[in-house]
Amino acid sequence: MFKIIKQLTSVVAMFAVLFAFSTETMAAKKSKTLENTKKRGFVRCGVSQGLPGFSNADESGNWTGIDVDVCRAVAAATLGDATKVKFTPLSAKERFTALTSGEIDILSRNTTWTLSRDADIGLTFVGVNFYDGQGFMVRKGSGIASTSEFKNGTSVCTNLGTTTELNMRDFFDSRGISYEPVVFEKADEVVAAYDAGRCDTYTTDKSGLAAQRTKLSAPDDHVVLPETISKEPLGPVVRQGDSVWEDIVRWSLNTMIEAEEYGVNSSNADMMKTSNNPAIKRLVGAEGELGAAFGLDNDWNLRIIKQVGNYGESYKRNIADTGILPDRGPNELWTKGGILYVPPAR
Amino acid sequence: MNNIVKKFLPQILAILFVVLIFGFLTINAQTNMDNRGIDFGFGFLSQESSFDVQFSLIEYSGSDSYARAFLVGLLNTLLVSFISIIFCTILGVIIGVARLSSNYLIKNSAAWYVEFFRNIPLLLQIFFWYYAALRALPLPEKANAWFGVTYMTVKGYYIPSMVWENLNVFLYCGLAAIISIIILRNYANNLRDNKGKQIPVLLYSLAILIILPLLSFLIGGVSLDFELPQLKKLSKISYIYEGGISLPPELIALVLALSLYTSTFVAECVRAGIEGVSKGQKEAAASVGLTPNQVLKLVIMPQALRIIIPPTTNQYLNLTKNSSLAAAIAYPDLVLVFAGTALMQTGKAIEIVSITMLTYLTISLTIAAIMNWYNKKIEIKEK
Repeated sequence: MFKIIKQLTSVVAMFAVLFAFSTETMAAKKSKTLENTKKRGFVRCGVSQGLPGFSNADESGNWTGIDVDVCRAVAAATLGDATKVKFTPLSAKERFTALTSGEIDILSRNTTWTLSRDADIGLTFVGVNFYDGQGFMVRKGSGIASTSEFKNGTSVCTNLGTTTELNMRDFFDSRGISYEPVVFEKADEVVAAYDAGRCDTYTTDKSGLAAQRTKLSAPDDHVVLPETISKEPLGPVVRQGDSVWEDIVRWSLNTMIEAEEYGVNSSNADMMKTSNNPAIKRLVGAEGELGAAFGLDNDWNLRIIKQVGNYGESYKRNIADTGILPDRGPNELWTKGGILYVPPAR
Repeated sequence: MNNIVKKFLPQILAILFVVLIFGFLTINAQTNMDNRGIDFGFGFLSQESSFDVQFSLIEYSGSDSYARAFLVGLLNTLLVSFISIIFCTILGVIIGVARLSSNYLIKNSAAWYVEFFRNIPLLLQIFFWYYAALRALPLPEKANAWFGVTYMTVKGYYIPSMVWENLNVFLYCGLAAIISIIILRNYANNLRDNKGKQIPVLLYSLAILIILPLLSFLIGGVSLDFELPQLKKLSKISYIYEGGISLPPELIALVLALSLYTSTFVAECVRAGIEGVSKGQKEAAASVGLTPNQVLKLVIMPQALRIIIPPTTNQYLNLTKNSSLAAAIAYPDLVLVFAGTALMQTGKAIEIVSITMLTYLTISLTIAAIMNWYNKKIEIKEK
């Protein structure tokens, strides 16, 4: 009798363990963020307070930019409608807290991927949507043509809470030049201060310099120096701990880049369903079951391409046609001499 | 028994409630941080900060620790608060007395000043002084010399710095002067109390204060030189002054805005204090033969101060806390350096914000303690 009870309990215990494991793996497949997003009906996306080309709102509150397009792609994949995004403009200082505290679900705000940010503060970087580097802008009349011509006492305007602050210290320190950092919280304040002559030079990511230059009172009187003093891979960020959501954001971005690689764009996506190339067919959801891995339907990637377009379209629409950086430089596909290279979607 | 329960039960419940709420908040924060893989700890304070700060009272560079960066920010906050408190007090007393003037023009200008500056939000005033007023200043190469040797430019106010020889001798002389003045005052008070004789203490004190340090120059071997700011070319069109002391425009704008704004409140405290002393006191003092100066100094002010000090303390506390608006115009105070850059670079939001809050609390409590001590000192001593 005693033996039977003992056996019974062990069997129950075994089942309990098994059951616990199976619910565990079930839970891992499910994304809490995805569930909440579907329930809510929109994707919550943190963007900049206005950086033309990356995330910028027009007078009627429509956001555009390549950072904005990442969030739109996620909305198209998860909710079926790229317009269902709520944008929250954030300063550099607020951005990570907004993400870790759960106020937003994606941070797509020209944020540099660094080790300490990725490992230390509960964030996960999912990829790179723009390869950038820090540069300097000076007045044309100053005659300065290279960063080697900076002298002791140069005053430098920049943004608070960015990798820029660290890079410029490395830069000036290693050259033994004393400088005066003037650090503002908002980009607009930096521009105003530099414009008024408070600073001799303005430093931030080169794309940012190109974009902010358009806001100066006489943009043509200023020039961005050719040197790049740092690596700034900019990309979307998600909270740590929801690996399915992380995958959704990562592969939404990758889909846009891969679509450009295979020549699939918003106007020909539907026709590509009958392509002979299986890679293309997978990309438009005509073959394979790629969406199931995230708990999405099979048209998730087709919707991204149709509603947002591929990376090349997004770049052209937001950065090239607006005159910010017509030359794609490193942000060209690897097949065309750039360094944009994403793992295959299969 | 019943009485004891009635007396203590509500208090125990209240304490329990507070403890429970704090406990819940702590546990909640802890679990949330664990879920998100955020560590809690103050180890970062000894790490290298690797960022530079524009303006610092102590030696600081990017190779120093976050703790030192904290100190830099704290000192900058104290500096701007200290200067602004002094300015706002001087200005506030002048305006407050002016509001009571019998001269129509003075009285009304003072009233307009108060109404104007206290009714515009402080942040706007800071922006005004920084972006509108200071930005209208010339570039360094176009600046005219003020008083011959100082230059007010868009990049800052450049003043000569002092180069001392035998500074310690000079300081000893100054100290000796102060001690002799204290002795003189005690002697004069004794003389007045015991023999009813008055001596012009103020005049003698001034003489001591001037003569003793002057002697140190003549026979003590002290000498003072000035290092003047010199224009230096950075590039074809940009210049800067080297040598001397440079006061950044951010500091100037902040001091201007804080002291002009707070002086209006101090002025109202001063006015309330003086008006709070009844008219009879003044008339009685005059009738026993005191001069108008003595009436103000010996009768009105001691009583008025008792009314003025507590609300003025509030204004000093407000000013110190308002100085955290510095971050808006790039003045490297505690909020900008520590709760800004350091927070961003380390990601230790909870730790840094708590340290910053505790620091402001400490500063405020210290100011309050000093003012309370002063208030105690001047209150009526009942015998």
